[in-house]
Amino acid sequence: MNKEQTITGVIRGTGACVPKRILDNKEIAGFVDTSDEWIRERTGVRRRRIAEKETTVSMACEAGRQAVEEAGISPDEIDMILVATGSPDQIFPCTACRVQEALGADGAVGFDLNAACSGFLFAYNTAQAYIASGIYRTVLVIGSESISRLVDWTDRGTCILFGDGAGAVLLQAAEGKTYRPAAHSDGSGGAALTGPGVRNRIRSIDKDGRESKTEYITMNGKDVFQFAVRKVPQVIQEVLKENELSVEDIDWFVLHQANARIVDAVARRLRIGMEKFPMNLQDYGNTSSASIPILLHELNRNGVLKKGQKLVLAGFGAGLSWGASILEWDIKG
Amino acid sequence: MLERIIELTAETLGANAAEITAETSFMDDLHADSLDLFELAMALEEEFSVEIPSEDLEKITTVADAMNYLTEHQA
Repeated sequence: MNKEQTITGVIRGTGACVPKRILDNKEIAGFVDTSDEWIRERTGVRRRRIAEKETTVSMACEAGRQAVEEAGISPDEIDMILVATGSPDQIFPCTACRVQEALGADGAVGFDLNAACSGFLFAYNTAQAYIASGIYRTVLVIGSESISRLVDWTDRGTCILFGDGAGAVLLQAAEGKTYRPAAHSDGSGGAALTGPGVRNRIRSIDKDGRESKTEYITMNGKDVFQFAVRKVPQVIQEVLKENELSVEDIDWFVLHQANARIVDAVARRLRIGMEKFPMNLQDYGNTSSASIPILLHELNRNGVLKKGQKLVLAGFGAGLSWGASILEWDIKG
Repeated sequence: MLERIIELTAETLGANAAEITAETSFMDDLHADSLDLFELAMALEEEFSVEIPSEDLEKITTVADAMNYLTEHQA
């Protein structure tokens, strides 16, 4: 089954919210042994935003509000709210319920979904499935992260990478082509990138009386880099083949903004020019599940995306998990 | 094999193949950093069906090192 004229979810609005506080590389070099040059060369990141007053909920609400506003709908038309997050303010109530209340989306059901940096893409796919099946017509999909709160600020290998923020898209049912997504998980590689959870609330004190330091993100840089550079081009080829398209048919490749060197290597492996790979990670770092919708919002707001253009969204991250989806842009630029 | 390693090195690191010899050092002569070496290792692994664990990768500093390693470990 390939692309068909059927019911599909179309993006009618986008939104984004990033914290006010800017943390640049120089400031980081003041508290861990690194330098602006080192960080820029190996990641492309120049600065990132840090949630001080903002929260995962407040940023999700603001991004969601913007997407609803651009779509020109009333919040009570929303059938479902999906929030992708790996750094919720609270385990429950889920972020989506807080958004539902804040927006006054009284008719919506809401839940959170965690697939780390692939979270937004998988939430987007989930929304599309609900819409394609006819269960819901209007779905708000948000990625929101306060990942700086999970980062070990003494670990120079990871603290330089991440930033906070939220992005959102409002999907509505319309007649159109349905594109099948490609998505995968490999739990056997999960140790390469881990974050804390309730298990870390069991206190363990080592023999010197220090509390064990497992409450932070841990990463094997080589394994994660090679995973991304190997799997992302493969899954992009897979989703194109599945939908009988080729790389030439795609106007923009919107990748999870993990690291400029990964985006660069993916583009080279696909033999596609970098100009088709928009990036904003220089300003925000890796915002995990928020990166794709924040980038989509900026491209939308800046008039880069034109009606009728085809986009590939590609996410990858802890799990391990990765995937790619195709969409047609339908907002007039 | 040397020729193919040089080609992959040039392609991965954006260097001129004509200027690469067996004695060329990836980091000192071609200014590769750790991420470049991860990528080069992947290219070599895929081409020669050999797995290069990170502790072995640290010992491969020149084109000749890579050739010796691949010759030893190729099935």
